[in-house]
Amino acid sequence: MLRVDSTDKTKLIDPLFAPTSRKFRIGTGILLAIFAWGLFMYIRQVILGLGQTGMDRPTYWGVYMVNFIFFIGISHAGTLISAILRVTGAEWRRPITRVAEAITAFALIVGTLQIVIDMGRPERLLYAIIYGRVQSPILWDIISVTLYFLGSLTYLYLPLIPDAALLRDHCPADAPAWRHKLYSLLSLGWRGNREQWIRLEKAIAAMAIFIIPVAVSVHSIISWILATTVQPGWHSTIFGPYFVVGAIFSGIGALFIAMTGVRKSLGLENYLRPLQYRNLTALFVTMSAIWFYFTFAENLGIAAGQQIDEFPILAAKLWGEFSVSFWAMILLMAASFWILVVPGRIPDSAKRIPVFRPRYAWISASAAVVVFMVIKISSLAPAAASLAIGDINLRSILWSLMIIFLIGIGLGTGLWFKKRPVTASVVASVLVVIGMWLERWNIIVPTMTHPRLAPFSSYAPTLTEISITAGSVALFVLLFLGFFRLFPAISIWEVAEGRVIDKAQSKVAIPQPEPSDHWMTARE
Amino acid sequence: MAKWSMVIDLDKCVACQGCSIACRFENNTPAVKPDEAVAGRAIRWNDVFPYPVNAGDEATGEYPNVTTRYMTRPCMHCENPPCIKVCPVQATFKDEEGLVHQNYKRCIGCRFCTVACPYAVRYFNWREPEWEEGMENFLNPDKIESGGVSEGPAVRPKGVVEKCTFCIHRLKKARARAAAEERDFRPDEYVPACVQTCTGKARYFGDLDDPNSTVSQLASDTRAFRLLEDVGTHPKVIYLQEG
Repeated sequence: MLRVDSTDKTKLIDPLFAPTSRKFRIGTGILLAIFAWGLFMYIRQVILGLGQTGMDRPTYWGVYMVNFIFFIGISHAGTLISAILRVTGAEWRRPITRVAEAITAFALIVGTLQIVIDMGRPERLLYAIIYGRVQSPILWDIISVTLYFLGSLTYLYLPLIPDAALLRDHCPADAPAWRHKLYSLLSLGWRGNREQWIRLEKAIAAMAIFIIPVAVSVHSIISWILATTVQPGWHSTIFGPYFVVGAIFSGIGALFIAMTGVRKSLGLENYLRPLQYRNLTALFVTMSAIWFYFTFAENLGIAAGQQIDEFPILAAKLWGEFSVSFWAMILLMAASFWILVVPGRIPDSAKRIPVFRPRYAWISASAAVVVFMVIKISSLAPAAASLAIGDINLRSILWSLMIIFLIGIGLGTGLWFKKRPVTASVVASVLVVIGMWLERWNIIVPTMTHPRLAPFSSYAPTLTEISITAGSVALFVLLFLGFFRLFPAISIWEVAEGRVIDKAQSKVAIPQPEPSDHWMTARE
Repeated sequence: MAKWSMVIDLDKCVACQGCSIACRFENNTPAVKPDEAVAGRAIRWNDVFPYPVNAGDEATGEYPNVTTRYMTRPCMHCENPPCIKVCPVQATFKDEEGLVHQNYKRCIGCRFCTVACPYAVRYFNWREPEWEEGMENFLNPDKIESGGVSEGPAVRPKGVVEKCTFCIHRLKKARARAAAEERDFRPDEYVPACVQTCTGKARYFGDLDDPNSTVSQLASDTRAFRLLEDVGTHPKVIYLQEG
């Protein structure tokens, strides 16, 4: 019988065997219903053909492709982050690795499904293996995603072995027999002796290093599916790193949402502490900054070059039919950056200044809505919109006001977010996850609708596509919930190991730095 | 081996769309319903459209100095086709005579080739093909079908990609006839349906490797140009500039 800390047992093991709560049952029921509806719509699409979607010539790829890139991006939450943190020996990673790795496995399943959903003849799926041409980027993708999936499953499973053994030993006698069997099967006869620990640590360390290049390759190759074509807007060398950074960025967003969900529903405040949030936020902000840089760099070349094939695509994003999705993406990303960075820097004494009170956020928000309505109405009446005051256009003034009011909302909510760092990270994450979905949309669809030798078209997803997308999201959440009904949300042994390391380190007396005669500071 | 090529003289083209119609009947292209056509799902292996494509109006320039130009566009049968490079299952490939094939039995419907083609000549079957009452009894019987192959005018199922084949079944037929008559096959025995039907006799077809063929001679004309030469596809459909 393996020993386990009593808090760990009550917090992490016992809930797995407690009956499900009413809330959980209702939530699962709703998700199952959404999933069933999506499945029904998919079967309908298989029978009637892809004509059920909004796709046409030249918009041959639509929401399914966007979802594919999005979900595979989310999958970078886990394995990559937890592997990088393991390799760099970041101790604070211990409580978040399990959640991160689970996201990876399930996002990969749902992401790969999107390709099957998008296929005209899904029953010929195996042709890609039987007749596969390695020269095709789709084959690169199949190879790297398969490798990543198998690697991620292994990487999820290896650290699960000691926990499965704990569950095997602490499974209540009245638990169903299949669960006893499942845990003893998964624990592979784990006894926790020295030899086993050494082997496990070696395997995990090797997997952590192996999985990093695979994860980078996965999203690079997805970007190369687009970048290896000669289509305007896609034929870009920046796509590889841009997609990888975007993937990690959205992955951290998904991780924040998932770990906060787990933290709240299981009451794991003592495991997922402010330390984890703070450090992960630092990583998140870094990714955000790199993402902004890449987005700017990608579009600057197109804007400055003004090539006849490429420029209409950027124009469509900046002020054309994709301006809503493009500027919504920018706004969401800027807002999330603000929420992560600014509130923490506002001194508490600022609450004496009126603009930092939540009431002023509401006033700013209402004012922004009013200004936005005025802009919308004035665009309906072009004569009024071109009304100039001196040399300044009325529209420019209205947009400037809009930006001022948006900053007003940011200032007014600042102290509210400062008091609630966890809420702030979740809000920022939701914004980022939506923003990254829009980013994929802004890359796929505008190029598709602006071909060289066919009339420009428009694309809007149909009910079929929306239903299947909702069903896919529901499936993702269901897989996640199902997994954490069976396995602890926190890697118990890793956290216990972390405690031992902490204890050992606290006994070590750290010598004072020697001031002058060190080789780096000493002057010749 | 021959290198099949088409020359289209835009000076002679009257934009009658006869080529489109001949192609449709020759290759059993299903007619889609009007609402589907409006949604951009019409299949026209050989398309006739105003050029430049997205000028906003068919006429360009300001009244009274307006011009309207039309472009007729089959598959370019590129020497460096972007479509075959991306196909994951070799459903589309180039044969030794430079024709780009499409095998309906192999295609998985991923639509990567339709996305990769800069000429938008590849079409997808969004639904099961339908014909007007009785029309299905008058389809062209010249289909290329065997074990794992289904090409040319063979009726396409839903969910696969199709495209202009330069009437490859006509080439097979011409070869078979020459073999039956125990003589050598001559390149002038084979022309696609659009070339045969062209009202203004604007289309020429032949072997680009033969320096004496009409297409070779016309290809070196000062009016000769190819579509999107800058994307590196080396098309084998050569246009002769108007005027």
